[in-house]
Amino acid sequence: MPSFDNPMIMRQVIMDHYEHPRNKRVIDHPLARSKRMDTSGCIDDIVVYLHVEKDVIRDVSYEGVACTISTASTSIMTELLVGKTTLEATNIIDAYLNMIYERPYDASILGEAVVFMYTYKQASRIKCATLGWTGAQALLKEEH
Amino acid sequence: MNIDTLRNDFPLLQKTGDERLVYFDNAATALKPKQVIEAMNAYYFDYPANPGRGEYDLVYRADQAVHAARDKVAQFIHADVHEIVFTSGTTMGINLVADAFVRKHLKKGDEILITESEHAANVLPWYVLQERYGIVVKIIALDAQQRLTPSMLKAAITTQSKFLAFSDVSNVLGTKSDTKTLTKIAHEHGLWVLVDAAQSAPHFPIDVHQSDVDFLVFSGHKLCGPTGIGVLYAKRTHLEAMDPYLMGGGMSLKYAKDFSIRLAPIPERFEAGTQPIAEIIGLGAAIDYLRHVGWQVIHEQERRLREHALNGLKKIPFVKVYNPNAEAGIITFNLEGVFPQDAATHYNAHRIAIRSGQHCVRNLVDYLQTDGTLRWSCYFYNTIEEVDLFLEATKKGQDFLDAFFR
Repeated sequence: MPSFDNPMIMRQVIMDHYEHPRNKRVIDHPLARSKRMDTSGCIDDIVVYLHVEKDVIRDVSYEGVACTISTASTSIMTELLVGKTTLEATNIIDAYLNMIYERPYDASILGEAVVFMYTYKQASRIKCATLGWTGAQALLKEEH
Repeated sequence: MNIDTLRNDFPLLQKTGDERLVYFDNAATALKPKQVIEAMNAYYFDYPANPGRGEYDLVYRADQAVHAARDKVAQFIHADVHEIVFTSGTTMGINLVADAFVRKHLKKGDEILITESEHAANVLPWYVLQERYGIVVKIIALDAQQRLTPSMLKAAITTQSKFLAFSDVSNVLGTKSDTKTLTKIAHEHGLWVLVDAAQSAPHFPIDVHQSDVDFLVFSGHKLCGPTGIGVLYAKRTHLEAMDPYLMGGGMSLKYAKDFSIRLAPIPERFEAGTQPIAEIIGLGAAIDYLRHVGWQVIHEQERRLREHALNGLKKIPFVKVYNPNAEAGIITFNLEGVFPQDAATHYNAHRIAIRSGQHCVRNLVDYLQTDGTLRWSCYFYNTIEEVDLFLEATKKGQDFLDAFFR
C-alpha cells in the first residue's frame, strides 16, 4: 500500500480511479438494491447498487455521470466495501464521513479513501466526496 | 461613463488581496450597487409601512414609493403602468400566465410551442399543463444557428398551435431572438406569445409596444436589483380576462358572506397579500441605476469583454467554445478532459466565480452533446484585467486537482 501523506500520490490515486473507475456497472441480481443519487445543483447523477446476502456484501457498484471527486470516491468505496459484513461496512462509512466532517476517525480501516482527508478545505467538494458513500449508507440501513 | 467609477458603487468589487473576487456569473445573478441597498434600507428605516392599508403619513409615503417603482418599470419596457404586475420573479410570472391565462384559454389537444433551449422556468409550467389538462407541449429543436428562426417557427406551427413561449436571450447559448419578427409570425397564425426576458432585460432595451408581445417576464436580481422581485407584463386586455392567481388581501375590493367577491382592478388584482415592498423599491432603484449607466456603456463594455475573452480562449488548445456567435455576454465552454464541476472548483481556487452544470436547461444536453458545461457571463462592471485573470486560470485548468490539495 502506498504512503498517502504525499499530495502527489493522493492526486495519482484520485486520477487513477477517475480515469479507470472500478465497479462502474449495473448489478443485475434479484437481491441487489439500488439508490439514485442525483442533485438539483450539479451534474452528478449516479445510481449505487448493493447486493447483500447473509449479512455480507457480495457485490457493490455504481453507474452514472459524476465529477472527479464523486467518481473516484465512489470507486474507492466499492473496492473497500465488497466482502465486508454489513457492520464492518457501516463502520467504514462512518469513519469516512467522520474524516470528511473533521471528526475523529479510524484511518486504519479507510485504505485509499484517506486521499480525501483534505476535502473539508473545499466546502463545495463535500457533496461530491460523499455522494456515493451516503447512497451506500442509505442502502445498508434498509437492510436492517 | 467611467467603469472604475461605476465599480466604486459595488462593495464586493472593492476587495483586494486574498479577498479579491472576479465575478463572472452574472447570468445567475448580478451584483448590487450601493444605491439599490440604500433605497431598500431607507424604506425599512424611515417608512416601513404597509402601502394601501392605513391613513397615516408613512403609508402614503410607502404607497407613493410603490407607485413610483411601477412607473419606472413601465417606462423601462415601454408599457402602460396598469400592465405591470409585481411577481417574485420570472418563474412566478410564467407560472401565473400558465395557470391564469393559458389553462383557461387552451383546451385539450391545443399546442404550446417552446424551444429546446428554454430554462426550466419556461418548460416545467407547460409540462404540467400537458400532464394535467392534455394541452400538448411541442419542443422546437434548434439548428446550427442556436436560436429560433422565423422559418423554424413557421414550420412548427400547426392549426392546433395556440401559444408560443421563448426566451429573448438564451441563458446557455447567449443568442438573442428576433422577438418582434417571431411575435408577428405567431400573431399571424393566431398564437399568443410569452417572452422570457430574464436574460435580456439586464442587457438589451425592451419595448413591449414595438414587439407587440402578449406577455413578458423578468427578474429584478439579474439587473442589479434585489432577489424575490420580478415583473409580469401582460397586455391590458389579457390581464382583464385573467382569473386571479392568488386570493387574499389587497386584491379584493369587497366580499360578503353570500360568497360574492368584487375584485380589485388590475394590476393589484394579481398582487394578493403584502408585497415585498423593499424589493419593489429596490427594483425601481436598480432601473434608475441602469439608466444612469446607459445602454451604450453596457453594450460597449460587454462587447469588449466578450471579444477579449473569446480571443483568449481560442488560443488555448484544450478549450471548446459552444456559442462563438452569440450576441449576449455569455460564453459556454468546456476544458477538454476536465469535468465542468472540477473546472469550476479550479476557478474558485483562483477566486473566480464561474458557473458549471446544465444551467437549468436540461433539454439542451443532447443538442450540445455534453453532460454539462462551464458558463462565463459578464456585466458592465467587469474589466479586461479580470478577463485576463480568467484566461490565466483557464490555461492552468487541466491541473484542476491543485485546488483539492491547496
